[in-house]
Amino acid sequence: MASYSTNQFKPGVKIMIDGDPFNIVENEMVKPGKGQAFNRVRVRNLRSGRVIERTFKSGDSVEAADIVEAEMQYLYADGEAWHFMNQSTFEQIQASNTVVGDAGQWLKGQEICSVMLWNGEPIGITPPNFVILKITQTDPGMRGDTATGGTKPATLETGAVVRVPLFIEEGSLLKIDTRSGDYVSRAKEE
Amino acid sequence: MARDSSLHWRPSASFAAIRRRAVLLSDIRQYFARAGVLEVATPVLARYGTTDPALVSFTVPDTGGTRYLQTSPESAMKRLLAAGSGDVYQIAHAFRREEGSRLHQEEFTLLEWYRVGFDHHRLMADVCALLHAVGFTLPLEKHPYAELCLEHAGLDPHRTATAALADFAAMHGAVLTVPSTLDRALLLEWIFGCAVLPRLPRDRALLIYDFPCEQAAYARLRPGSPAVAERFEVVVGEIELANGFHEVTNSEEQRARHQRENARRASAGLPQVPLDEPLLAALSAGLPNCAGVALGLDRLLMCLLQVPTIAEVVAFAD
Repeated sequence: MASYSTNQFKPGVKIMIDGDPFNIVENEMVKPGKGQAFNRVRVRNLRSGRVIERTFKSGDSVEAADIVEAEMQYLYADGEAWHFMNQSTFEQIQASNTVVGDAGQWLKGQEICSVMLWNGEPIGITPPNFVILKITQTDPGMRGDTATGGTKPATLETGAVVRVPLFIEEGSLLKIDTRSGDYVSRAKEE
Repeated sequence: MARDSSLHWRPSASFAAIRRRAVLLSDIRQYFARAGVLEVATPVLARYGTTDPALVSFTVPDTGGTRYLQTSPESAMKRLLAAGSGDVYQIAHAFRREEGSRLHQEEFTLLEWYRVGFDHHRLMADVCALLHAVGFTLPLEKHPYAELCLEHAGLDPHRTATAALADFAAMHGAVLTVPSTLDRALLLEWIFGCAVLPRLPRDRALLIYDFPCEQAAYARLRPGSPAVAERFEVVVGEIELANGFHEVTNSEEQRARHQRENARRASAGLPQVPLDEPLLAALSAGLPNCAGVALGLDRLLMCLLQVPTIAEVVAFAD
């Protein structure tokens, strides 16, 4: 079984704690004077996203989490699962609604996503940083009102709702930053 | 050879910090001159290393066998005391192999001093007087170790059962397994370092005294209910500034402490360290009743200059 010694701890190292995979966010040595040193880490649970703090005795070994990140193409959803395919091996995997979570609101099909696999099972989906999606509903635009910086909600073809400038019209294609959920610009049909 | 103009060569400390160090050293020497404490110099390159399982010495190969860069000047200074030096102090470079951090450099500066006839309480008063003499302006407070443990962790470090200490650590984020969960000394170190120290006020210096016997190091044990180790530390927030003992003077007791440390080294898979026989011989000949303390000068400078990292107070950081 692969393991890490605490002296290999650094941000990004993935370890097992209480049966769950965690990603180290921060690692700090605690050495109170004479005596044993400890590693105090902030770790993110890769399944729940929750960040907790743990301390390890320096020098101890900790089981490594078998985490692989793969680029996969999103194919379709059937209500129960989201289906992805590895484009080089043609291997397909299914991810539950819980695993896909908020990422699903940016996916309409064929996007290349980063899929995090733990022991071969998907536990997290990261959509492309930028996606282009069509507006299916928004209130009528107010032409000429580009200077005030006001915004209004717009519903996209995937169901996601984003804030857009007042002049944007229904049917427009938008470029969206999926990390923030923010409107970036209008886009042209590809 | 190619010259790299971007090569990092400038000091990590500002000239303000470098000058403040010079003033500090001069203030320290004046304080001890007035107090009649003798400045001494002992070898940095030592024949014997420390048995302390928490410390790793730098070793230096030599024709006569391995030599060690001192982790503190304690052994040589105690030999001077046993030889009749009277009160002594030393501003010494010390070396400990460890991961760097904002509080650790592998080479650092210690102010170590010994007062004959003092116990740890009289030495703590001396530490306070020295801190005032060098321009340290934070308030100073004395607290027993047990009081801080009770206040911040709700535990009596002298009496709480080991299993309850392990439960407390686990509940507060310690990921420890057997044998660590049975190791009272280690659990107390976790509680003090990870549960108590982070909760201490940062706007004053605390002198924490009367440690659990498991954390005696080379401090005298005082029998009683509970028995305690006559050791103290000075901390400012999470910064440990100084560590002092009412010193063990009994040679057999000192030998037993080193043997226990070697046993801990063995169970941790660390190499054994030959015992410092000249030190033990000096204790056999008679170390006077005394108290000694080692104070980290780089960390004291951090406090005086109110900077967050040790790299900002040493001329060239690791």
